[in-house]
Amino acid sequence: MKNKRKKGTYPETVATHPQQTLSSGEHFEQTVGRSVVEAVLRAAGPSRRQFLAGLGVAALTALINEVLPLDKIAAFAADPVGKPEKKDLSIGFIPITCATPIIMAEPLGFYKKYGLNATVKRAAGWAMVRDWAINKEVDAAHMLTPMPLAITLGAGSLPVPFYMPAVENINGQAITLHIKHKEVKTAADMKGFRFCVPFDYSMHNYLLRYFLAEGGVHPDKDVQIRVVPPPEMVANLKAGNVNGYLAPDPFNQRAVYENVGFIYKLSKEIWDRHPCCAFTVSKEFATKYPNTFGALFRAIVDATHYASNPMHRKEIAAAIAPANYLNQPVTVLEQVLTGTYADGLGKIQKIPDRIDFDPYPWHSMAIWILTQMKRWGHLKGDVNYKAVAEQVYLAAECDKIAKELGYPTHQATMTKHTIMGRVFDPEQPEAYLKSFKIHSMA
Amino acid sequence: MVGKGNPWVISGFLLVVFLLAWHLFTLRPSFDPRGMTEEQLQLMEFNGDIVRTEDGSYVWNPEKEKVKGVPGPLAVLNKALTELGEAFVKKGTNDHGIGYLVLYTVSRFAGGFLAASVAAIVLGVVLGLNRVLFQAINPYIQILKPISPLAWMPLLLYTVKDPKWTAVLVVFMASLWPTLATTAFGVNSLKKEYLHVAAILQLSWFKRLFKVILPGAAPTIVNGLRISFGSALVAVVPAEMLLGELGVGYLSWIEWNNLDIAGVIFAILVVGVVGVILDSGFNKLAGSVTYQE
Repeated sequence: MKNKRKKGTYPETVATHPQQTLSSGEHFEQTVGRSVVEAVLRAAGPSRRQFLAGLGVAALTALINEVLPLDKIAAFAADPVGKPEKKDLSIGFIPITCATPIIMAEPLGFYKKYGLNATVKRAAGWAMVRDWAINKEVDAAHMLTPMPLAITLGAGSLPVPFYMPAVENINGQAITLHIKHKEVKTAADMKGFRFCVPFDYSMHNYLLRYFLAEGGVHPDKDVQIRVVPPPEMVANLKAGNVNGYLAPDPFNQRAVYENVGFIYKLSKEIWDRHPCCAFTVSKEFATKYPNTFGALFRAIVDATHYASNPMHRKEIAAAIAPANYLNQPVTVLEQVLTGTYADGLGKIQKIPDRIDFDPYPWHSMAIWILTQMKRWGHLKGDVNYKAVAEQVYLAAECDKIAKELGYPTHQATMTKHTIMGRVFDPEQPEAYLKSFKIHSMA
Repeated sequence: MVGKGNPWVISGFLLVVFLLAWHLFTLRPSFDPRGMTEEQLQLMEFNGDIVRTEDGSYVWNPEKEKVKGVPGPLAVLNKALTELGEAFVKKGTNDHGIGYLVLYTVSRFAGGFLAASVAAIVLGVVLGLNRVLFQAINPYIQILKPISPLAWMPLLLYTVKDPKWTAVLVVFMASLWPTLATTAFGVNSLKKEYLHVAAILQLSWFKRLFKVILPGAAPTIVNGLRISFGSALVAVVPAEMLLGELGVGYLSWIEWNNLDIAGVIFAILVVGVVGVILDSGFNKLAGSVTYQE
């Protein structure tokens, strides 16, 4: 590791400005180095911290190397992969189109291409997939982008350090309402509605809450939001138990297919190119099997880029429709993936990026999620936004692999996002958080 | 004698009436395109409501009929035939034939039930022989007995960290208490003459246990086992649904996932058939250990 740090400097003060132009290689080294040093310092008590800070970088790195297999963590993305230590893998997934790259990598041979014999295992719900991942019932897992953050921080479960090497899909969700609500125009018209979302720590929940709050509706006071597994949402909508939901596909399109709902708003209209689902592994797995992790990482990045190509969407819809994977009608999946779909209001829409696939896990996305977790009371106390984002979302490593495989790379790990016209600056998370009038913070 | 006639004829008659009613109530009129514009028809075709036949006319999409409303008996029969035809085919990690699913459920059930029965009988005999101990432990059994076995699931999952063993342990919890309580009761309320005779004959402790106590309490124990058996059977299916473990409970869950109601009905029927098979096997076993006074 190159060190440009002055002797005895407190590492947080030398944190490089992420907007600065760096090669992805440098990014990688800095991110790994910095997050490890920060983690160690956070773990140490105040007196010990002073002692450590006085040591100087070389001594500190040596010290850290003794406790943490830093070279191993760094190795996974550094070399073209060596032989996988563990070839037979099982990967947990929830049957929704967001998991497309993870699922299709099995029938379309992406895992095989990187020397892995991986099978995907379907879970009944998000809590299940979380428990499988924590209990090592599966080696890697499909999760919602907020889940590895929540698990690492111990929100809703025991704290277990998790990595999110890649985002699976961007966009790809929608607000679906019962057809009897065709006259609804704005969020304010939805006061008193009962909604469902698939999981507390989900983009679905945070985007729905954001959308409602921007329209002046308090999600904890003016409406009911309950957690319901997606397949039950369609049935509940049919029965009239709920007025609508913000859900992953195919369950929005499925409601149209069943002639019970209409697509009110695609999630891309709230935040274009927002992250949704993710590919995750435990830190333990990544460090124990660096080569396997490297191969898996490459397979996922490759598959995700493959899925992004509109030319491949029909082939993919056919590959993931069978009972072993999504167990859904091909028509529904095709409408979701190609973006040419019936909206339930009598029109055929053509929106090719209704769902798209981009693996890059922007640190700024994690920071936005953390602000919303705080906003709605899912996280309490102070959060070191940047440190958590860098620890969990492996942005620089993802770019490193993208570069190696010949896919486009990025100049930074953070960027500003625009969500319903409001600009989010990841450098100012607290100020952003304070700008919301509607929230559930104590 | 009151009630003449062959019961099988009545059973068969009821079945026919039921199936006929089911069939008639779920019949849908064939698709009628009159009064619809070409645009509307195209949209319906796009959404998969209808499909164009070779002669250019439209009919309801048979694929979609499976998932629309409550399916008729013919749709369920169709589903059953396809599933049974591939009973022992593995199409992937998440798609095993119904034959395998039944085997998984039965083995999970058998493991939990047998382990619980052994534990409950041993513990029950100990408690039954010692009146003080029985009175001391009984309040706890009474508190634990009515707890739904599924209520234990999250705690078990949290402690054993393995969904396969969690499912077996849920069955274990479901079948423990009734056997334990009735065994203790049966041993405790043995006819005193039996024990007196055994004492007079100066039988050894083991002989007394196997020749007098267990046979004497057998009818009560078997009764307890039968209650346990029922509650374990009730517990195994939802445990599989919640845990996502392959089995007949899982089958009904994934068919629900796809809103394939014919599949859900088929899964329910399979659960029923598995129950009947296990139950009749159990009754044979029970018949061999009980005696008539």
